[in-house]
Amino acid sequence: MATIFIDNAPRQANPKQNLLHACLSLGYDLPYFCWHPALGSVGACRQCAVKQFRDERDTAGKLVMACMTPAGEGTRISITDVEAAAFRAAVIQGLMQNHPHDCPVCDEGGECHLQDMTVMTGHRSRAYSFGKRTFRNQYLGPLVNHEMNRCIQCQRCVRFYRNYAGGHDLNAFRLRDNVYYGRHEDGILESEFSGNLVEICPTGVFTDATLKRHYTRKWDLQMAPSICVHCGLGCNTTAGERYGALRRVVNRYNHEVNGYFLCDRGRFGYEFVESSLRIRHPLFNGKAAIKREALERFGSILSEGNAIGIGSPRASLEANFALRTLVGSDRFFAGVLDEDLQLLSPMLRILREGPARSASLDDVEHSDAVFVLGEDVINIAPVMALRLRQSVRQAPMRIAAGLHIPEWLDDAVREAVQDAKGPFFIASPYATKLDDIATTTHRAAPDDLARLGFAVAHAIDDTAPKVTGLSPEWDTMIAAISAALLGAQRPLIVSGASCRSRSVIEAAAQIAWALRKAGRPANLSFTTPECNSFGLSLMEPRALSEAFQSIQNEPTSTLIVLENDLFRRAPASEMTAQLRGVQHLVVLDHLVNATTEAAELVLPAGTFAESDGTLVNSEGRAQRFFQALDHSADVQESWRWLREGSVAAGLNNEAQWQSLDDLITAMAAEIPAFRAIPAVAPSRSAVGKIAREPNRYSGRTAMFANISVHEPKPVDDPDSALAFSMESGPEAAPSSLIPFFWAPGWNSIQAVNKFQGEVGGPLRSGDPGVRLIEPSQESGWQYFTAIPPQFKAQPGEWLLVPIFHIFGSEELSRHAQGIAQLLPRPYVALNPVEASLLGAKAGEQIKVVVEGALFELEVALRADLPRGVAGLPTGLPPLDGVMLPAFCKLAPTGAELSARGAS
Amino acid sequence: MEKPLTGNFRADKEAVSLAEYERAGGYQGLRAALLMAPADVTELVKRSNLRGRGGAGFPTGMKWSFVPMGEDAPHPKYLVANADEMEPGTFKDRALMERDPHQLIEGMIVSAYAIDADIGYIFLRGEYERSYERLARAIAEAEARNYLGHNILGSGYSLILHLHMSAGRYICGEETALLNALEGKRAHPRTKPPFPQVSGLWGKPTIVQNVETLCNVHHIVNKGPEWFHGLSKTEDGGTKIYGVSGKVKRPGLWELPMGTPMREILEDHAGGMREGLRFRGVLPGGASTDFLVEEHLDTPMDYGNVQKAGSRLGTGTMVVLDDQTCPVGMVWNLEHFFAQESCGWCTPCWSGLAWTEKILFAMEQGKGSIHDLETLSFQTKFLAPGNTFCAFAPGAVEPLQSALKYFADDFRRHIDEQRCPWRQ
Amino acid sequence: MLSGEERREIEMKLTDYPNKQAMSIESMLIVQRHRGWVSDESLRDLSELLGLSVADLDGVATFYNLIRRKPVGRHVALLCDSVSCWIMGCERVRDQLCSSLGTPLGGTTADGRFTLLPIVCLGACDRAPAMMIDGKLHEDLDEQRIEEVLAQYE
Ligand SMILES: Cc1cc2nc3c(=O)[nH]c(=O)nc-3n(C[C@H](O)[C@H](O)[C@H](O)COP(=O)(O)O)c2cc1C
Ligand code: SF4
Ligand code: FES
Repeated sequence: MATIFIDNAPRQANPKQNLLHACLSLGYDLPYFCWHPALGSVGACRQCAVKQFRDERDTAGKLVMACMTPAGEGTRISITDVEAAAFRAAVIQGLMQNHPHDCPVCDEGGECHLQDMTVMTGHRSRAYSFGKRTFRNQYLGPLVNHEMNRCIQCQRCVRFYRNYAGGHDLNAFRLRDNVYYGRHEDGILESEFSGNLVEICPTGVFTDATLKRHYTRKWDLQMAPSICVHCGLGCNTTAGERYGALRRVVNRYNHEVNGYFLCDRGRFGYEFVESSLRIRHPLFNGKAAIKREALERFGSILSEGNAIGIGSPRASLEANFALRTLVGSDRFFAGVLDEDLQLLSPMLRILREGPARSASLDDVEHSDAVFVLGEDVINIAPVMALRLRQSVRQAPMRIAAGLHIPEWLDDAVREAVQDAKGPFFIASPYATKLDDIATTTHRAAPDDLARLGFAVAHAIDDTAPKVTGLSPEWDTMIAAISAALLGAQRPLIVSGASCRSRSVIEAAAQIAWALRKAGRPANLSFTTPECNSFGLSLMEPRALSEAFQSIQNEPTSTLIVLENDLFRRAPASEMTAQLRGVQHLVVLDHLVNATTEAAELVLPAGTFAESDGTLVNSEGRAQRFFQALDHSADVQESWRWLREGSVAAGLNNEAQWQSLDDLITAMAAEIPAFRAIPAVAPSRSAVGKIAREPNRYSGRTAMFANISVHEPKPVDDPDSALAFSMESGPEAAPSSLIPFFWAPGWNSIQAVNKFQGEVGGPLRSGDPGVRLIEPSQESGWQYFTAIPPQFKAQPGEWLLVPIFHIFGSEELSRHAQGIAQLLPRPYVALNPVEASLLGAKAGEQIKVVVEGALFELEVALRADLPRGVAGLPTGLPPLDGVMLPAFCKLAPTGAELSARGAS
Repeated sequence: MEKPLTGNFRADKEAVSLAEYERAGGYQGLRAALLMAPADVTELVKRSNLRGRGGAGFPTGMKWSFVPMGEDAPHPKYLVANADEMEPGTFKDRALMERDPHQLIEGMIVSAYAIDADIGYIFLRGEYERSYERLARAIAEAEARNYLGHNILGSGYSLILHLHMSAGRYICGEETALLNALEGKRAHPRTKPPFPQVSGLWGKPTIVQNVETLCNVHHIVNKGPEWFHGLSKTEDGGTKIYGVSGKVKRPGLWELPMGTPMREILEDHAGGMREGLRFRGVLPGGASTDFLVEEHLDTPMDYGNVQKAGSRLGTGTMVVLDDQTCPVGMVWNLEHFFAQESCGWCTPCWSGLAWTEKILFAMEQGKGSIHDLETLSFQTKFLAPGNTFCAFAPGAVEPLQSALKYFADDFRRHIDEQRCPWRQ
Repeated sequence: MLSGEERREIEMKLTDYPNKQAMSIESMLIVQRHRGWVSDESLRDLSELLGLSVADLDGVATFYNLIRRKPVGRHVALLCDSVSCWIMGCERVRDQLCSSLGTPLGGTTADGRFTLLPIVCLGACDRAPAMMIDGKLHEDLDEQRIEEVLAQYE
């Protein structure tokens, strides 16, 4: 640490940072625009000016931009200096010259960084009396709205979009006071991270287009800390409600997980909560019922006994545990196919019993050599891809350091580094959008990817089993990858369940373990398919096939399906056949789907926004989400339905699990893997009240005046310290319970500065979440030996691999109104060479027979697919029940091709 | 009087041919330099006290000495001739390139040799098509004679020289913006430090030098620093190409000893004011320098003395204001130019100049208000050196701040009379 | 579609630079030399050829004043409006040019003969007012000279 003097007060600062960063970390209010902790400094806006003095005797000093000046030992500055303050006010005056002052009708109003800074500098009245420049706005797609007239030219949008997120279709055009930030022409933004523009833009140029449809001011939102349910990463979010409806989701900073950014699936997927498919009332044989009736029905079904339960990888631990408790652990089954469970359990075992640590996303970003094996990261775990994109800057940072350029001096670093990128290798079945940062890419069928992985492991440590029969071309690649990983200080292997190949997972582990054996601190990152995949597996449920077995054996049984559309997991005909033996099918879920349609009793389960619970992400981190909506009478947490059902059936007494904390205590006591779950967030009794509503929340007494003029009593929340009110206790909220970031004078999302120990670092009371899995300290692990044989293309058959789409492959976000406009149409992807052999042309229909089902699909040509391999978008109806990878047959639409095979 | 830079110019304004150039001692400086160690060439230039002719007057040899040299130095290293010449009122580099292209090329080769550069670019402003043709031909000739290319004259030193045509914008003359332009990007300036000498074009060590500066280098190597000092009337060595435009009798360009008094240039060389006109002021070194007035006429035109008088030598090409021309109108014209050319990167510049230009225009239209004077003077301080990202904005307000001082009455008349007194 | 000639010129000039980004400006100037301006279609063609996005290219194109994104007449006249020319009466010259050609500054004549554009200092301050037509400089302009000069262009 260095001692610097701020207005003559000695303060401790990190000399590796710039003065703006240091001052903000020390709690000073210094205005800024172009700087961002994740983007560094470019010195464009000139808003952060302070007076710098050479030494104690220097009284004149000179103005410097704090963001461009290192916080070196002995630096003396003044923030309050009259000249500096006047200059900062002048900068705001300049920025406001063309600004429309349309705060009352601007979506950013009330959480606008420009408003905050304007107030902070004391600029009040407009001296500029000439006309303002005006722009035409663009249509940027269904997610992000554009209002260029508000722009203050801070450069942040393009710096984030292009430099940070790797996008190309947004740019700055023209010059002087006339710079235009947008696309070359109207059109949907291509980046998977475009929604971050909403938060990166310090004013209302880029705003949330989905919020616009049901707009509410930030101060009128009732908010709660939440966790994204749209992939396995568990990004932290803030969900906001008004009038009983979920209005939006924004990023909630967690240094270890998502940092400052979300992906568009995570930000805009929330709209599924208000989808027309939403189940708002219990359904009995397809007809709406009231809660009491439903519970009676549920109770009587349960009292018949013989119930079995199918859990869910997208339901909370608490919901799964409630079901497990209700039916008994020996009658609790995994909500995923056996094939998938046999991927998840090994991944967990690898991370717990092997020597390599599962990486947090912050670790991912700071890795200096990466090997991605089998994953299309951007479409499967998008924010991890964004972090990986930064990781290739780690190694070249040394070039900048050699030139004495500090890391935060962003443009200078990028100029010095040019295209240099750290070692980054991708081996996957098809090309991915991260390929542009890869040192080399390699495409192969899953078995061959596994062989590649095993071979790399062997090259790192020759006691790992050898892979025979490799081509010389492979040998060079293997040598390059292993050398880069061995040479790195923080190597990382990324893999996961996406190829649905256990060998790929084991191969990835093998590499990390070989590196560990060679003394390198290798990390391992597995993606998981759903938001609680690991949580479910940690409960060690029985295999799904055994559930079906037991249904066949006991035809009178009751099946309870928790938040799970089984028809997405297997072909419809198969599933229908399996369920035929069930006497009573009870389903708890949010949206109408094939499973709820098949049910006798459907119970409306609260979504993430309407319930509390814990999810375990792909890092193995358990994180709690909290209710943002005071849900309607009929919708409630799955675990409450299950509890109340068991009470109704007389299986339990009322006293059990009055609150979430009770349930969590019971769960921690019963399942050893969950011993730490109570520590994920403080219990209700451990902290005082925390308001979900900002202290400027308006209309409280009038909101429901059309229903009753009596202000309703705030609903009690038995499950958490968060209150459905504006009233808070005196203490600061612990980080896992921060419902929104706000500090006096800081109404925008930048208020998060005030919650971090060091700006851009961990939250002051620790980042939310508890890691449940750590690597084994013992050295008893052993290398895997099952190396698959080389993939051989079958004549007349193609191996269909899943192709992932950020919009479409995930079940719930697909039903969000904005995202629904961005879904791909179903298609089959073929290598052009093979397509031409079949006489198939892009855009034409072709017959696909897979696992006995016949589809007619549009052909998409993808030159990146290996020979003998074809691709199918995964998760998209009508293909969502197709289990991939699988061999298929293809034929032109005219040709005879029966469901049993080619003619 | 010796005129090393323009002495060979042909009266018919055609380019000096390679044969003529060689006959007049051309490429001797290069031969001499190649026999020396690169560091010795830099040393000579340092001793000559050659200062940059692009406007800032930074000592050239000192700039070169920041370039990493030796085995470990990053390569390729670059030398860039700043031939962007877009400062209004400036027309000296065009003459040097059109009329004696080999001189620039030889200067570049010797300079490149001194810093061990591998590649050179001439960054030429887009409208200078005649310069382009003549330089392109001269480069081809020099390559054919092995003054350029691989293993120059058997010395083991190689240099590739490219001619790059710019696509406009004054800011491209700023050396770091120029680098962005050369890299095919939007030309906003870059942060300094790191200086281009360390991390310049494509992140590699780069020297950017004005055309006129480069044209001096091989003469210095050939004839020595003492000779160079001897050319000058002051401590800043060499000759300087001075120019005069505006309503003088004989506008033009002259190569004269550095430090020639302004009066001598305006009266003896430019022939004084046209009949019936009185001298009111002058921008001594292009559009971005402060006005000087009658009392300054005896200022020797060198870096130090012009600065003492309250302005900058700049490019040494003067724009003269006469008494029949409206000073407010002239300042409006200048600020219109600057507002239009601001790159838009930093707030004070893009906002301040737009406002300034609008006020001056309104004043000329008879719509000025007394508060405008405060705003104008405020803007000159707001856009002061250090407050903006680059030197563009401080330069832009130099003529304004001095005009507010020297022509205060004229501003007042515009406001009081609600019209421009010079317009019918 | 880029012509073979344009492609050849671009590919030749590519060797002057270490990457394709550096060709963004130069390639647009090459297209412009052939077609007078750079159309959206040309931008797309260049985008494909250079592997830069259309937004990259247009971001650059709209920065620089010598890249024209609108069609022009057969001849392009650039009239200097900077300080020395202003002192020497470029506004009079402008008015005369506009009335002679029947188009405002920034416009193209109805017959497509001329496009008249303002330009900053052409480095001909000692021979002001000055104008450049199709790359050729015309100096010391006055009422009579203008008509003579215009007559040279069909
Ligand atoms: C806005 C601006 C425009 C400039 N334009 C030019 C120019 O057209 N030609 C030039 O040689 N230098 C120009 N300069 C100065 C250059 O930045 C740089 O100092 C110069 O090229 C260095 O060469 P010298 O040391 O030989 O003068 C400009 C500077 C600024 C701030
Ligand atoms: S002062 Fe700022 S806006 Fe003006 S040209 Fe320089 S960087 Fe660009
Ligand atoms: S934040 Fe420092 S200049 Fe913009």
